[in-house]
Amino acid sequence: MKKVELLMDSHALDLALTRITHQILERNRDFSRFGVVGMQTRGVYLAQRITRKINEIENLNLVSGTLDVTLYRDDYRMALKQPEVKVTDIPFNINGMDLVLVDDVLYTGRTVRAALDALVDFGRPQTIQLAVLVDRGHRELPIMADYIGKKINTLPRQEVALKVKEIDQEDSLWLMELEEGD
Amino acid sequence: MGLHIQHLLGLEGVSEEDITLILDTADSFYEVLQREIKVVPTLRGKTIVNLFYENSTRTRISFELAEKRLSASPLNFSASTSSVNKGETLRDTIRNIEAMKIDMVVVRHSAAGVPYFLTQCTNAVIVNAGDGLHEHPTQALLDMMTIRQKLGRLKGLKVAIIGDIFHSRVARSNAWGMSTMGMDVVLCGPPTLLPQHRESLGVPVTDNLDEALEGADVVMLLRLQLERQSSGAFPSIREYRDRYGLDLDKLSSLPENVLIMHPGPINRGVELASDVADGPNSVILEQVTNGVAVRMAVLYLLGGGENA
Repeated sequence: MKKVELLMDSHALDLALTRITHQILERNRDFSRFGVVGMQTRGVYLAQRITRKINEIENLNLVSGTLDVTLYRDDYRMALKQPEVKVTDIPFNINGMDLVLVDDVLYTGRTVRAALDALVDFGRPQTIQLAVLVDRGHRELPIMADYIGKKINTLPRQEVALKVKEIDQEDSLWLMELEEGD
Repeated sequence: MGLHIQHLLGLEGVSEEDITLILDTADSFYEVLQREIKVVPTLRGKTIVNLFYENSTRTRISFELAEKRLSASPLNFSASTSSVNKGETLRDTIRNIEAMKIDMVVVRHSAAGVPYFLTQCTNAVIVNAGDGLHEHPTQALLDMMTIRQKLGRLKGLKVAIIGDIFHSRVARSNAWGMSTMGMDVVLCGPPTLLPQHRESLGVPVTDNLDEALEGADVVMLLRLQLERQSSGAFPSIREYRDRYGLDLDKLSSLPENVLIMHPGPINRGVELASDVADGPNSVILEQVTNGVAVRMAVLYLLGGGENA
């Protein structure tokens, strides 16, 4: 896998999250029943940052949730080695809530499909909205995002990789390409 | 990622990495069990046969619940109501069940080695739910999960396992698994109920209870099979209780936060006094809860793949 293009640096990433935060706030005004849930792994950190921005602007103390969709994936039967089951922790009752689901990259839509199934097992939210940092196209399911940081055209052999300083020591978004032998 | 083992036949020889992966995955399933809806769709379409040639309530129910909570389809087989009574061999039974397109087999049998034998005559994934005097790996895994949950680690902790060691597959699985995880295990029981070739277990074995309890972080009592008394293994239940049973008096000499465990079913007032079994140090019911999570983890980690 080699780097092809820097899509966002740290500043651009922060600007995109700030814009998404404002768009979320334009649409959601009842914070008594509002929550943000990040998808494992890097969506979790984006959700935390968006929540922090919301708390600053609206003077709130919201805590974001964490969702792992491994157990809801549709490719379990194909995989010989099982993916690691990561932490799920939603520290609020989602019944009746307006939820914003946050992920880094929207691609086939299968992960979001799994997330919707998982959330429904926790309760019945009033609405579920989707925020993604990047929409790279190639959807395989009828799923779309409500808030998008950046929309780009990609080839199937390419990948979009987010780095966040919480676990990767830097904030950046890269377009990557498979090399021969990958 | 993924386990190195294809079947769970026992914990002897299973790596620290594999045991850690099972325990970590079990912690995630523990969270699933706290949800309002305790079912995930992961093993939808998988058929799992619970092949029980020996009586069992807890283990069979625990496996069946684990299977249902993973959305698998369990099929229960008990020897007493089957063609085994008509003289069908184990090999024929399993080949016939396999012909009905099943994916995994959870087996309990009074003969050691039956789970291994099954891997030789079917393609299904085999999980050992107790074989003879050999192993009961999921019990040892749930014991380790419970200890890790309560004390935050395994490495360096001392565990005293007390009772009928000779007949205990729980003791054997724990001796192997816990040693692999860097724990100090000591086995203790009356000399007549200790195994002959004890050095093969790789852990100290003693008939001196005080020695075994010295410095223990965890004390695990084993069920005394009362019918063994008739074979002369111990003179009377009262003597066994006095010398090897754990009561409040013996508990008071142990550290305040010692964990008291028992694989069940308990003989109250024999190996374990009621006020200890129900006391603040007891994690016996947590063991049962964790059993479902550990079995979900094992089935999840072994159950994937087109040809599983």
